[in-house]
Amino acid sequence: MYELIAQYPLLAALFALVSLGAVFGAILGYAAVRFKAEGNPIVDQINAILPQTQCGQCGHPGCRPYAEAIAAGEAINKCPPGGQAGVQALADLLDVEAPTLDEEHGEEKVPHVAYIHEDDCIGCTKCIQACPVDAILGAAKHMHTVIASECTGCDLCVDPCPVDCIEMIPEHETVQTWHWQLPDPNSRRVDIIASDATAEEAA
Amino acid sequence: MSLMRITSPHTHGPARTSKVMQQVLLATLPGLLVLTHFFGFGTLVNVLWAAVLAIAFEALALTLRKRPLGFYLSDCSALVTAVLLGIALPPYSPWWLIAVGMASAILLAKHLYGGLGYNPFNPAMVGYVVLLISFPVQMTSWAPPRGAGELPGLLEALQACFVPASYDAVTMATPLDLLKQNNSLLVEDLWQANPQFGRWGGVGWEWANIAFLGGGLWLLYQRVFTWHAPVAMLATLTVMAALFYDGGSSASGGSPLFHLLSGATMFGAFFIVTDPVSSAVSVRGRLVYGALIGVLIYLIRVFGNYPDAVAFAVLIMNLAAPFIDQYTQPRTYGHTRHGGGS
Amino acid sequence: MRKIHDFHGGVHPPENKHQSVRTAIANAGVPEELVLPLSQHIGAAAQPVVGVGDKVLKGQLLAAATGFVSVPVHAPTSGTVSAIEDRLIAHPSGHSAPCIVLASDGMDQWQDCVATADYRSVDRVALLDQIRSAGVAGMGGAGFPTAVKLAVKPEKHIQTLILNGTECEPYITADDIIMRERASRIIEGAQILAYLVEPDEIVIGIEDNKPESIAALQAAAQDTPVEIAVFPTKYPSGGEKQLIEILTGKQVPSGGLPADIGVVCQNVGSAIAVRDAIIEGKPLISRVVTVTGDAVAEPQNFEALIGTSMSYLLQKAGYQPEKNQRLIMGGPMMGFTVPDPNVPIVKTTNCILAPAATELPAPPPAQPCIRCGMCAEVCPASLLPQQLFWFAQGKEFEKAEQHNLFDCIECGACSYACPSNIPLVQYYRAAKAEVIQMREDAEKSEHSRLRFEARQARKEREEAEKEAKRAARKKAAQEKARLAAEQGEAGEDPIQAAIERAKAKKAAQVAGSGAEGGSELEKLEKAVVTIRKRLETASAKFEAAKAEGAEHVDALKLGVDKTSAKLAAAEKALHDWQQANPAANSELPSAAEPADAAQAAIQKAMAARAQDAARSPQEKAQDNLQKLESRLTKSEARLQQSRAANEEEKIIIALESTVERLREKVAAAKAELQDKETC
Repeated sequence: MYELIAQYPLLAALFALVSLGAVFGAILGYAAVRFKAEGNPIVDQINAILPQTQCGQCGHPGCRPYAEAIAAGEAINKCPPGGQAGVQALADLLDVEAPTLDEEHGEEKVPHVAYIHEDDCIGCTKCIQACPVDAILGAAKHMHTVIASECTGCDLCVDPCPVDCIEMIPEHETVQTWHWQLPDPNSRRVDIIASDATAEEAA
Repeated sequence: MSLMRITSPHTHGPARTSKVMQQVLLATLPGLLVLTHFFGFGTLVNVLWAAVLAIAFEALALTLRKRPLGFYLSDCSALVTAVLLGIALPPYSPWWLIAVGMASAILLAKHLYGGLGYNPFNPAMVGYVVLLISFPVQMTSWAPPRGAGELPGLLEALQACFVPASYDAVTMATPLDLLKQNNSLLVEDLWQANPQFGRWGGVGWEWANIAFLGGGLWLLYQRVFTWHAPVAMLATLTVMAALFYDGGSSASGGSPLFHLLSGATMFGAFFIVTDPVSSAVSVRGRLVYGALIGVLIYLIRVFGNYPDAVAFAVLIMNLAAPFIDQYTQPRTYGHTRHGGGS
Repeated sequence: MRKIHDFHGGVHPPENKHQSVRTAIANAGVPEELVLPLSQHIGAAAQPVVGVGDKVLKGQLLAAATGFVSVPVHAPTSGTVSAIEDRLIAHPSGHSAPCIVLASDGMDQWQDCVATADYRSVDRVALLDQIRSAGVAGMGGAGFPTAVKLAVKPEKHIQTLILNGTECEPYITADDIIMRERASRIIEGAQILAYLVEPDEIVIGIEDNKPESIAALQAAAQDTPVEIAVFPTKYPSGGEKQLIEILTGKQVPSGGLPADIGVVCQNVGSAIAVRDAIIEGKPLISRVVTVTGDAVAEPQNFEALIGTSMSYLLQKAGYQPEKNQRLIMGGPMMGFTVPDPNVPIVKTTNCILAPAATELPAPPPAQPCIRCGMCAEVCPASLLPQQLFWFAQGKEFEKAEQHNLFDCIECGACSYACPSNIPLVQYYRAAKAEVIQMREDAEKSEHSRLRFEARQARKEREEAEKEAKRAARKKAAQEKARLAAEQGEAGEDPIQAAIERAKAKKAAQVAGSGAEGGSELEKLEKAVVTIRKRLETASAKFEAAKAEGAEHVDALKLGVDKTSAKLAAAEKALHDWQQANPAANSELPSAAEPADAAQAAIQKAMAARAQDAARSPQEKAQDNLQKLESRLTKSEARLQQSRAANEEEKIIIALESTVERLREKVAAAKAELQDKETC
């Protein structure tokens, strides 16, 4: 045996590599079973990133169904309310390249809140049925109203309304919600970049 | 009238990056003068040529990176790198050696990582080490000090730099070299046999070190940096030297005083270790950082292959700086030592 | 002598305090108009209790506190409420906020004040209530409701009551001058505060750059337990946490309150406000404001009514707007820029700083951070500001939080010391806001998720119940059929009988369902017709009886009345039904499952969007216009129809406004289309 190995060093190397591979494979296999990480199921993790507006712009009836679809391999760029930041977070979680937001499913916009023009409401309950988070209050033949704090701004109640009395109002910045922004790294104040300066001059 | 809307504070202290850099440049002057006095104009020519190259390379890099030249050149950081590398290089180095060193320092170590503030390694030391590894012969031949040989004049210094082929260099081993290469002699014999040893360190070296110490103390007084890193480094170097010094046998690494005043000790302690960008930031972090550099310098000087070790020690600790920072965060107001607030 | 401790870091910016203390406090007088923001403090905004046009007296309540952490607003002078509307306020955002606008009548007539000279005879809770209803909020700058701060939980023993007379910010002298001129009132206030929180010791902390104040307070504090502690000047020793460390050597735990370590801290100005509220019964309606900076000719301190416009005070001090590039409320270290000089001063306005351009030059562009560590050296919270900066810049907010971002007091010492001019504080403010925003968003999305899931579960349950009922019915029918079959076996031709029965049942069902789903309308109409007939017969009978003079006339009349009432009810029912089912004529509202409504909406929206994506904006606009136009014609038709049918007014009005809105939308769409076509 020893002589054989001495005569054929190639065999020796081969043998060594194969046996090393076998040993480490066994160790890794054992470790995988023994120290199995009980993480969140991936669907829950994806669902946690989705904005839970339940707007259906992705083509699924709610965020969780979309999370399930992503877990099953669907594209991750179909969620306009989550925005590009959401796509990025999903890409980080799933360890894939972040695509840009698919415009087919809508554009990223500021959060809105549904508002029912109450004088016009005829009490048909259609919007109540459409609301995915039960944020509209009212009964048949009685005026309805939106619980603004519960509204996700999903738009789904606007279309069913027969008298067009629902409007999506963008949330305005107030003294309470205003805050300082990070200094723009491309602005002159922080870090001057020549190309920007020339672009500004050109413009 | 439109009123400005900016965030507080609306007033600013006197500190400026460019001013800090200029102070550092000024503080190297005494050391530079002493080096010139003992070794001739070689170092001065090194520094000047390196400065020209630094501005050129910096401008090149900024142009390639589409950054405004004036704004970034005015911070003087490239000049500091040039002066530090120029001082570290042997006098009468050829122009191309300095050019390779500066290119490594400015382009490789600094701008490749994102420019000032983003470089994990001290640019001057990267340049130095690249040269030391690539051109060991040129990098370990040091000119003889005044008294041990004839000093070349300014013209000869320029000739050595720009027309190296025509310059017949006279070189001599440095005291640190001698100590490393001679194991069979008593330190005392060594001292007597070689004219380049001076009173405490080496001829010229001891005075250069004292001059750099003076410059460093001035910077400390100007509050350009804190005392923590340099003091920690000198302290551990002294302790290491004292521990291993056996009074002068053949294997001894030299006395603490010898180590403090020889080679690049003071220059390193006050001009390299204190480089803020690549060092640890917290107070305790700087203590650890400086102390470990001191230990490494001694170990490499005495047990390693290279005669001097400031560059290697600093680069190794540059690697460790983020790690040190992670574990030496100061205790925030209102927090207990073991993390957490109330 | 008290042991004075030091705190980490700090800076020494030029003080510039001498300019504004050369003269005594000047009375700014009563301006013609006062603007009183409803939120001048930390906490919930106050709620107006007066209406536009109301006449009010000086000191009268204008807006009441809403909740525990809130303070009321009072009228600073007598006059008329001229408006309650959004006005520009002193806030860095430059946004407007709800304000009460008061037009002065020039009389400056007080309402009756209830003074409590002997406060020691009054219950603590009652005193706290008095402070609260006098609208006292922290006068040092933050504006935290004073009563809330003083309402210490009984289980917490307070060792030290600290009055903050530090005023470490450069330029500001409002506290300095009241300590000089109103020292006795401060001492009195301190004793009231001490009565409220029962501390072991009372300390007034002052920096050593105010010798006059120290002397005045020491003179006033003789023979009282109040101690005056003097310590070296260093910014930000006036920060509450820093002052507590200086005077007690203790640190307020992160996320905790000073009361947790037995300390209550109040500004000297607040002490005077508390004293005035108790001893004189006067609410907080004015304060001392420093107006300073090189852009005013005579820097000085004013006693100004809350709500006075900044420009009014600036004029009084000789404002030179051409010199001035930014107007700061507060000091140069922590103050904020205001968007316009015409904003009112509030309870927290201690200083209006109008620097000349040369005095506080605009910040130069920031250079890269060189990690010099100067910021860490000066940070009074012992943070690593440059690390926080790197994290904030890289948007690694979680890491910034781990590095104790929220312990930053935004004092600005780091930015002041930074050799690279990096606006560090802005990074921290933005990062903090970002972290809070993320927390809120996460909370909201979690909430929506729960609601969505609850709805999903409910729908499933309903579906399951329906299914179960259906199954039960089916089973019952089968059982019946089986029984019948069994019985039928005994009789003759059972099968035929069962079939007959089933047929009959089916027919009945069809008829029934027809009546039910198909024509509720018919049923209602039928009811109307029948009742009308009955009414006719009843009326005829009644008439006949009356003519005969029969004795049962009354009974008959009652019957007629009842029947007509029934008729009215039936007609109304019919009407309501028609109204609730406006589409009754064309199509019946499908009793489709609710899930399908949502699903259908989604699909419709999807299809529309898919189409949209394929087209140019111009086409989109065109299409949009067409859609709107068709909707408009439909609505108009519906309106015509309703009018013709003489439907209820309410419906017509609703439809009219719909038509109106659609018309507007059509106009907007047309404009947009034109826009798109031209460019």
